[in-house]
Amino acid sequence: MQSRDASDLVVLDRAQKHFVITKGLIRRSHRAIRAVDDVSLSIHRGETFGLVGESGSGKTTLARLIPRLTRLTGGRVSFDGRDIDTVGGSELTRIRRRMGIVFQDPASSLSPRATVRGSVIRPLQLQGAGAREAAGRLLETVELVNLGPELLERYPHQLSGGQQQRASIARAIILRPELLILDEPTSALDVSVQAQILNLLLELQREFGLTYLFITHNLSVVRYMSDRIGVMYLGKLVEVGPAAELYARPLHPYTAALLSASPPQTPRLRQRRKFALAGDPPSLIDPPAGCHLHPRCAFTRDICRQERPALRAIGLARFVACHFAEQLALQVGD
Amino acid sequence: MGLVDAQPAAGRPLMQVSDLGVTFQTSRGSVRAVSGVSFEVRESEVFALVGESGCGKSTTALAVMRLVPPPGRIDSGQVVFDGVPLLDLDEDAMARVRGKQISMIFQNPLVALNPVYRSAAQIEEALLLDQIPRDRAWKLAVGVMGDVKIPDAPERALSYPHELSGGMRQRVMTGMMISRSPRLLIADEPTTALDVTIQAQVLELLMDIRRRTKMSIMIITHDFGIVAETADRIAVMYAGGIVEQGGVLEVFEQSGHPYTRLLMRALPRLTKEEGRLETIAGHVPNLVELPSGCTFHPRCPLKRDACLIERPTVREVSPGHFVTCHYPEV
Ligand SMILES: Nc1ncnc2c1ncn2[C@@H]1O[C@H](COP(=O)(O)OP(=O)(O)OP(=O)(O)O)[C@@H](O)[C@H]1O
Ligand SMILES: Nc1ncnc2c1ncn2[C@@H]1O[C@H](COP(=O)(O)OP(=O)(O)OP(=O)(O)O)[C@@H](O)[C@H]1O
Ligand SMILES: [Mg+2]
Ligand SMILES: [Mg+2]
Repeated sequence: MQSRDASDLVVLDRAQKHFVITKGLIRRSHRAIRAVDDVSLSIHRGETFGLVGESGSGKTTLARLIPRLTRLTGGRVSFDGRDIDTVGGSELTRIRRRMGIVFQDPASSLSPRATVRGSVIRPLQLQGAGAREAAGRLLETVELVNLGPELLERYPHQLSGGQQQRASIARAIILRPELLILDEPTSALDVSVQAQILNLLLELQREFGLTYLFITHNLSVVRYMSDRIGVMYLGKLVEVGPAAELYARPLHPYTAALLSASPPQTPRLRQRRKFALAGDPPSLIDPPAGCHLHPRCAFTRDICRQERPALRAIGLARFVACHFAEQLALQVGD
Repeated sequence: MGLVDAQPAAGRPLMQVSDLGVTFQTSRGSVRAVSGVSFEVRESEVFALVGESGCGKSTTALAVMRLVPPPGRIDSGQVVFDGVPLLDLDEDAMARVRGKQISMIFQNPLVALNPVYRSAAQIEEALLLDQIPRDRAWKLAVGVMGDVKIPDAPERALSYPHELSGGMRQRVMTGMMISRSPRLLIADEPTTALDVTIQAQVLELLMDIRRRTKMSIMIITHDFGIVAETADRIAVMYAGGIVEQGGVLEVFEQSGHPYTRLLMRALPRLTKEEGRLETIAGHVPNLVELPSGCTFHPRCPLKRDACLIERPTVREVSPGHFVTCHYPEV
């Protein structure tokens, strides 16, 4: 579907992760949650790939497939040409060292029993850095993320939410890993500290050619950071495209709904939403037939209820899973 | 239908916080997390608390609930809720205030949710406290999960917290906290893991409860969009203290404090090709050794001599709009 070549650092090929859940405490039956359903996508070296989408649509699960923190139930994931699902233990460890991860919940990046110093310095120690060098790098890195040195001896529970987040960012970047997976990395930061972190990430990327997978619900942040953006809905990728084009003219009705649901920037603009999505988030266990969005989409026609649209190319760089992408003029406007 | 009615009637004060101070004792000295904080939350209003990461917002909320974890101590001030001085209550009486009168959506859902309880059981537990019979409580709990827009609620009722997405965990906690119809809901970053469409639905639900039950909401957030959309009044915190508070329009459009203005300028609006984001120069303050004079002076582009020496007092720059600055701009 999407071209695969040496410029791709991460490739997902029909990646699938279904979780089996039990229904009914007494008469048990097993059903699947299709958290990631047939997702194909490649992340180019040196780019920032932004991932947005509905809460519960599978973004975190997708991200966890890349370092194999979660096992695939179908399809393939490769990193720098190596099939992640089949590599052996020691190679997996080597591959993981080339990745840095900031988890959505910062507390899970940090051990509750380690101080900030211990957590942030750990990747350096695992790599075998000398004590002097490690201490220097540590101070430099906490300064970069704007964590006061007075916080170094604190445990996670002694930090504010945003301080925990900055500590986990420091830990993830200290080795300048080739791939940084950032799952809501700035959700607990005020806009000024957030701006510092975003500036820092861009500088590191320029200097070291790092590749980012950036997951966020903040649509201004993802627009600012990303080269390309993917939009997920109900376990599927429904649109992929260059950031600027996707914002200027979304091709999928879900993308349009998302972009127009951003809250206003000033109290004077409290207003109605242009493409408000009707109805509630749908079932992941019994997803709607045909296009997953059809019960909530303003443009639904018969075919949408019957046939699931595949992700297809439109022009050179854009992909969309909608039967009517060409016909809909979904301008969101600023 | 917008999320908020034009302007709420100025309700009577439901909670008054005055001169609140909280200190954490650490091996490296005492951390002055909250100092001299005063504000009120009126009946049926949305009061937003914003400010720098680490400036004491969550601690302020925990202090109101009397849940500051040791070694933290409330060392000054009073919280009067509906005429009752909360800091004077014994622990039993305070336990009755929590949940029923004031409930709190915590910033980190994993702290509030019990990892070995299924999600509906967490909500059920809250309902059982209100003597709702067990057979009804489960059904109600599943209903609440639907209210907070968790799909497949009957099935997901059986999921454990680690089996939920970040945003679902947040919604389970929200469900737990609204299920007992508190008079004041403190919501600490309640929607950070929600996409904007579900966020809008959850906020709408909270606004709807507010309209129906006159519940007041104190929302802590870094998202000015949420403030713009829902808040009646707003307070801006920096380094443990409130530097500005007032009606949401005044504070947005006639910010009096340099910190407030700089903060609003740091919002990302551009693409990276168009240049770096504006930030506030300098370091976040060290709460163990606060700067002399005005705590913001080391980073303030407008500082003058007095700012280095004297702590500014609160000034009312226009009715109901307070700024703690020697030279407020108005
Ligand atoms: N260990 C697990 N067991 C069962 N279901 C799971 C598990 N982990 C995730 N899920 C389910 O998979 C789906 C996708 O979850 P995921 O965390 O990937 O969503 P997300 O897009 O990151 O959402 P959010 O924006 O809310 O963080 C959800 O329905 C979630 O409940
Ligand atoms: N147990 C503790 N021991 C020492 N200091 C603490 C402790 N808990 C919190 N603090 C400090 O108190 C200050 C206020 O923390 P608080 O969690 O209230 O900040 P916040 O405004 O909610 O920040 P954020 O927006 O990042 O969540 C922080 O600087 C934090 O480091
Ligand atoms: Mg997630
Ligand atoms: Mg906080």
